[in-house]
Amino acid sequence: MNERERTELSETARRMRRHIIRMIGRAASGHPGGSLSAAEILACLYFREMRLDPADPALPDRDRFVLSKGHAAPVLYAALAERGFFPANDLERLRQCDSRLQGHPHRLDTPGVEASTGSLGQGLSMACGMALGLRLSGSAARVFALIGDGESQEGQIWEAAMTAGFRKLDNLCVFLDYNDLQIDGRVSAIKDIAPLRDKWQSFRWRVEEIDGHDFDQIESALAAFAGERERPTLVIARTVKGKGVSFMEDNVAFHGQAPNAQETAQALQELGHDAG
Amino acid sequence: MTLDSLRGAYGQTLLKLGRENPDLVVLDADLAKSTQTQVFAREFPGRFIDMGLAEQDMVSTAAGIALTGKTVFASSFCAFLIGRAFDQVRQSVCYNRANVKLVGTHAGLGVGEDGATHQALEDVALARTLPGLTVIVPADAVETALAVEYAAAAPGPFFIRLTRGSLPTLFPAGHRFEPGRAPLLRDGDAIALVAMGAMVEKALQASELLAARGISAAVVNFSSLQPLDGDTLLRLARKTGHVLTVEDHSVRGGLGGACAEFLAQHHPVPMTLMGMDGRFGRSGKPDDLYAHFQLTAADIAAAGARLLCRP
Repeated sequence: MNERERTELSETARRMRRHIIRMIGRAASGHPGGSLSAAEILACLYFREMRLDPADPALPDRDRFVLSKGHAAPVLYAALAERGFFPANDLERLRQCDSRLQGHPHRLDTPGVEASTGSLGQGLSMACGMALGLRLSGSAARVFALIGDGESQEGQIWEAAMTAGFRKLDNLCVFLDYNDLQIDGRVSAIKDIAPLRDKWQSFRWRVEEIDGHDFDQIESALAAFAGERERPTLVIARTVKGKGVSFMEDNVAFHGQAPNAQETAQALQELGHDAG
Repeated sequence: MTLDSLRGAYGQTLLKLGRENPDLVVLDADLAKSTQTQVFAREFPGRFIDMGLAEQDMVSTAAGIALTGKTVFASSFCAFLIGRAFDQVRQSVCYNRANVKLVGTHAGLGVGEDGATHQALEDVALARTLPGLTVIVPADAVETALAVEYAAAAPGPFFIRLTRGSLPTLFPAGHRFEPGRAPLLRDGDAIALVAMGAMVEKALQASELLAARGISAAVVNFSSLQPLDGDTLLRLARKTGHVLTVEDHSVRGGLGGACAEFLAQHHPVPMTLMGMDGRFGRSGKPDDLYAHFQLTAADIAAAGARLLCRP
């Protein structure tokens, strides 16, 4: 990635963060913290890594992305809108009764959403299923997923981890958004999921650990995934919940709480103006 | 009437469908010998995935595979397939409208000796609350094969509930199966016996016992729980004025609940709901359990006579 590309991606992530704040602020409802923490990961996936066509969301050999931590829907909607799957104006209707943007992603409502998720733990199994189905079809398409650290307390995550490792799903790459906060507090204080590397390796996964806000590290993790021919890949992405908005960073209050009008204005100011 | 295994019919039908459709995939959760998916597995090992003892993972994985364009059958005992994995059935399969066919075996008291833990008595009640999930409880091997074939060809989620034991074959090979259509097995004008699954043959026997007492009972095989055949139910209620439902399942939310919900709104008539009511099952031979919980043909006939105030 050269300097210009890095700047462009960074600008994309910034615009996505502005979308996240604006749509949640306007809806007065939603999950900003865990959406902001994943902006760089989704920017990398949707703008550099994944083969897809916004004009043909059902392209058979497209790469798939599953947002297993479905409450981070705003970051997915921001990426899809920026990538051209639907007009950015639609974002203003998040969580409204007549909107096609549900509080949690719904594939039948929103172009580009591959799987309806929200009840935690299920998305990873669905991603495994997609990887199995694509392999059965002889497709070269790959499956990406984002899981949460709190979500990793769900038993189904480990059922799915066992399936993917045992079935050698080398076409599956999963990012773990490790911001160490869940609704009730610190993940490490509520039910610690560490040591993660040992756990996933023992389930027969390749494990990478990166700074989830560093584009170069995300890209090298993706390059390692592309070269893997035996195991599924887990990328433990160290992130900051609420990243990019000073008063939201590492603040558990903004897991599932919308900013009020004043907070929205301040957050948008911190995130800079729209380029045009 | 010959006795035939519903599970056996399921396995053989899967095999036939597997030969016709290369996009058919089958999943099981370490019960392939019991559910009979092993018949498919032996011929198509590449399209059979044993998910191990992980029903929740199996159901969501089935949805994921289906979203890549496959037709996916997933099987386990009803207690685990619908009970344990209910949230996955609800969200991964139904909310996603994934092309997944859930075929549960070992339903109800018919499980027998394994006892209450394995006897699903609430799976139909759970399943028929889910939008877009077609729910079928076949009464014999012929209907099982037809329901499985129908499900494989129709888009969207299905739940087919099979009993463990063999049942008398009621339908000819040319029988027409269609969800939302309840075939009348015997006409009558005093009372309607509405039954599903293993209780259908008992309802037929009960109608003989009632006939011997001069009571004309209609018997209908209500194998389609969602969609419900409201027309047939309404016609029978109007004609007979008395409806008795019987099921190897809880009456709360099951066949009895479904019929009561419908008739209460469209044509209220006196009803008796036979089945399990606020109780767990227990170990025993199926016939002993049916006797213990008063679900024999004689019990049905007696309850029918009571409903008509002709005990």
